[in-house]
Amino acid sequence: MDLKELYRDVILDHNKRPRNFGRMEPCDAHAEGHNPLCGDRLTLYVRMKDDRIEDIRFEGKGCAISTASASLMTEAVKGKDRRTVNELYGRIHSLLTQQDAVPDASLGKLAALSGVREFPARVKCASLCWHTLSAALERSAAPVSTE
Amino acid sequence: MAVTATHVAPAPALDVERVRRDFPILERTVNGRPLVYLDSAASAQRPLAVLRAVERYETHCHANVHRGVHALSQAATDAYEGARERVRRFINAKSTREIIFTRGTTEGINLVAQAYARPRLGPGDEILITGLEHHANIVPWQMVRDQTGCTLKVAPIDRRGEVELDKFLAMLSPRTRLVAIAHVSNALGTVLPVKRMIDAAHAQGAVVLVDGAQAVPHSSVDVRALGCDFYAFSGHKLYGPTGIGVLYGREELLEAMPPWQGGGDMILTVSFEKTTYNELPWKFEAGTPNISGTIGLAAAMDYVESLGREAIAAHEQRLLEHATQELERMPGIEIIGTAHHKAAVLSFTLAGVHPHDLGTILDAEGVAIRTGHHCAMPVMTFFDIPATARASFGCYNTEAEVTRLAAALDKAREVFT
Repeated sequence: MDLKELYRDVILDHNKRPRNFGRMEPCDAHAEGHNPLCGDRLTLYVRMKDDRIEDIRFEGKGCAISTASASLMTEAVKGKDRRTVNELYGRIHSLLTQQDAVPDASLGKLAALSGVREFPARVKCASLCWHTLSAALERSAAPVSTE
Repeated sequence: MAVTATHVAPAPALDVERVRRDFPILERTVNGRPLVYLDSAASAQRPLAVLRAVERYETHCHANVHRGVHALSQAATDAYEGARERVRRFINAKSTREIIFTRGTTEGINLVAQAYARPRLGPGDEILITGLEHHANIVPWQMVRDQTGCTLKVAPIDRRGEVELDKFLAMLSPRTRLVAIAHVSNALGTVLPVKRMIDAAHAQGAVVLVDGAQAVPHSSVDVRALGCDFYAFSGHKLYGPTGIGVLYGREELLEAMPPWQGGGDMILTVSFEKTTYNELPWKFEAGTPNISGTIGLAAAMDYVESLGREAIAAHEQRLLEHATQELERMPGIEIIGTAHHKAAVLSFTLAGVHPHDLGTILDAEGVAIRTGHHCAMPVMTFFDIPATARASFGCYNTEAEVTRLAAALDKAREVFT
């Protein structure tokens, strides 16, 4: 078990300096995510233009993995349409859960999350923001839970 | 003949290396390093004496209790009721009629909530708890509140993690029908002045339940000296098995309570028209109980008393003091819960490192601690933190393990700078 695999420089950087962090007002949709196991909470705000995420921000308190994952996600999905976002979510899910998944080049910086799968207790930390994004895109303001 | 002064011998020091040999799990490694188990407040490890007692029962004595005339059923019944007597002595209850076997502390509290509080309380009545309770001593009372229309009040805690005693006392009134308090806080380690709180509650005519889950492993508990009406605790925090616990209740209160769950063993006669209930304590033990769990629990109590409860407590206090000093001088560490009187629980945060990340990094170093809200979310809210890291100590922990903890925390800081 190699901690450097989990806490890669990209992760540590995005934890320390999360991108797109803060409230967004007004927004088209927002959703709250909560991981009751560790107390991580985040709120995600999206502004849509037609079918695309024109802007996205998040705020909340969480561990390094959940903060960095959310930060990386906001960078990755900005400007993307719903179908592309959903596809990306599917590939991230495989990356986090399948032992033999090989990060493809299109994942970009998100590939840094591949170390998480060696730490099953932390998979939910990394996937919380993606669950929350799905909820926001469905324009649902109900809190989602990873439990 | 000369009269000599009575000499009270100090508790003999614990021979920790010998104690450790009683716990086979401590020999294993985690992530390539010798295990440092600092999570006994969540669940303590079991000594060979407990494992062997359970094995002996399972391989030689098992049958159902209170049901058969055959030899094994009698052996199982004797062992089961023998365990009840063992528990009675351990907490100094007056009678085995006052010892109810449960699945754990949580079930004991729920039993009192549903069989004592629910039939008696209504609008205008009050239940008083404190701000440092475990969810198991909050939620059952919220359920009673919603079922009966009574009021649930919470005595506040201060920044040290102590109950504000003057406010607690001021919140007691003739409307207070039930007081439910932790003996020791699982999240902060605070030892509550329960004797004083019980006396004050009784002066107002309230009945008192004490959640003793975290107290029983670290001190001698005498329910009659405390004067509490109910006392609930779990086996697995006392080096015993999971799935077994005890509810102590004063006989006259238990006698007046209706049964909680219906089924076999809790009845004397059943017809479709009418059922007569069994006597105490079996009235509250519907269905086949966790027999081997009670055997393991009794063996755990034997084990703890063979080490000496005072000796264990003194050993743990030394570890707590040493760990507190070590952590206090580490940059960025904040200890959460600084009560004057604490049990062997050390909750803390490290600036810039989320407790969840700390838990992972420490685990990679072979150090097992608990991270999270410790089933005490209101405590986390009070301190305005999402979670803490918690190291808790048992009879088998050593000073060298405290050093390993400190080194692992240094490592965590390294990863995050």
